[in-house]
Amino acid sequence: MVRRVSSRVYLALVFLFLYAPIAVLMIFSFNSARSRGVWGGFTLDWYAQLFRDRQIMSSLYYTIACAVLASVFATVLGTVAAIGLSGMRGLPRALTAQLVYLPMINPDIVMGLSLMLLFISIKIPLGFLSMLLAHITFCLPFVILSVLPKLKQTQAELYDAALDLGATPLVAYGKVIIPQIRPGIITGFLLAFTMSIDDFVVSFFTTGNGVTNVAITIYAMARRGMNPKINALLTIMFAGVIFLLFIANRRTADAKTRR
Amino acid sequence: MRKKLLNGPYLAWMLIFAILPLFIVVWYALTAEIGGERSFSAGSLARVFEPIYLRVLWRSLKLAAVSTLLCFFFGYPVALILTSRQFKRRTILVVLIVLPMWMNFLARTYAWLTLLEKNGVINSVLSFLHLPALSILYTDAAVVLGMVYNFLPFMILPIYSVLYKIDHSLIEAAEDLGATPLVTFRRVIFPQSLAGALSGVIMVFMPAMTTFVIPRLLGGGQYTLIGNLIEQQFLTTYDWGFGSALSLFLMALLLVTGALLMRSRGDGEGGLW
Repeated sequence: MVRRVSSRVYLALVFLFLYAPIAVLMIFSFNSARSRGVWGGFTLDWYAQLFRDRQIMSSLYYTIACAVLASVFATVLGTVAAIGLSGMRGLPRALTAQLVYLPMINPDIVMGLSLMLLFISIKIPLGFLSMLLAHITFCLPFVILSVLPKLKQTQAELYDAALDLGATPLVAYGKVIIPQIRPGIITGFLLAFTMSIDDFVVSFFTTGNGVTNVAITIYAMARRGMNPKINALLTIMFAGVIFLLFIANRRTADAKTRR
Repeated sequence: MRKKLLNGPYLAWMLIFAILPLFIVVWYALTAEIGGERSFSAGSLARVFEPIYLRVLWRSLKLAAVSTLLCFFFGYPVALILTSRQFKRRTILVVLIVLPMWMNFLARTYAWLTLLEKNGVINSVLSFLHLPALSILYTDAAVVLGMVYNFLPFMILPIYSVLYKIDHSLIEAAEDLGATPLVTFRRVIFPQSLAGALSGVIMVFMPAMTTFVIPRLLGGGQYTLIGNLIEQQFLTTYDWGFGSALSLFLMALLLVTGALLMRSRGDGEGGLW
């Protein structure tokens, strides 16, 4: 009994630790005093002003554009690569396996600066394109590592059967393999999307020309004291994520009960 | 056989955007600009071993190690509690551990300033309770706190996933044979969870060793860890040769640490391939 209570208290304290900063961020998005740490009364002004702030809106636009493009592109390239990888054997496979992990084990700061050096060397101007290329690169392993286990579970005979029945390889993939690995593709896409949305370090090094994402804007503001408008933006984004999780949870629960 | 061709675009992509950049770093680390041309020089690499920079490295190692240990000591019990059978809906609790990561980590780290300030939230609570004030902002303690805060889920999740898989009948057998809960933990549960703990250690130590954002935000402006030193070389002093040499050294250090830890773990995963 004592153990049960003490473990619950401990868990509660850990959650307090994890959520205190988030609570502070959200509460101060409703604070009418501008400076942090001083409560001046409830207001929704920051939410209204947020949409009129050019800098924040443009960084939000770049963040979302980059995340959508990077995750779509990485999902396509990564899924094709995973299918190719599953057909490899021996040494090439072992080497490629190491290559897949490379962007994950490479520290993000090294990845950012090495890509920056690359873009400068091959004369791609630092800006949206360079940031997008970098994001695709670090998104790829998440897609491949989500799709590969699903590929391992697919029944290869079904693909052969489709070929025997006269399907072209492309049709056989589209109709037989892809539907079987779809959950892995979706997981990979979502992982890639969240990685891209949250990235700071790699973007910080590979962007330029006034193109910034939300994380870089926060970093720039943090030095002078953060604007409550950012708190409002983050509160909206966080609520959005929770809403999406809730929907996804409902959908899987529905699918289960229907079955 | 045509399946292999599908790898083409991916391999080309990785060659250009993952391998080539590393070679450029090596090239910058091993050359120096002399009269407008870059030529071979070991100067940048030698500078890495100057005492001031070794001190920065030592400090980074120390803070990363302390943060990793703290994550382990605070995270392990969390994983253990989550696997115990007292919660009906523990998946929700696991989601709650991950959920904070969906809010931008810079903003969350910055929010600690509001909490830790002299007249901040924590000190208001402490003074209300007539307890002495806490002033750790802009010190090592604040940086360690930031690291533990950001990386704790990376420790909890891998430990949770191995603890979750432990065959419960083994634990019951130990209890039936008269083992006290402590002995059961020490002889049955803990040895089986080591693989997860090692993944956790790697996943916390690596980012803790390379971060430059946490020391910048919570350690104040002048605070330097190896990540800050590298960032400065590229974005303030533009000494790309020295910055590359530092990155190369850091990568080598992490690779060796990672390899040692993985080896002590034995078999490795291998399941995916």
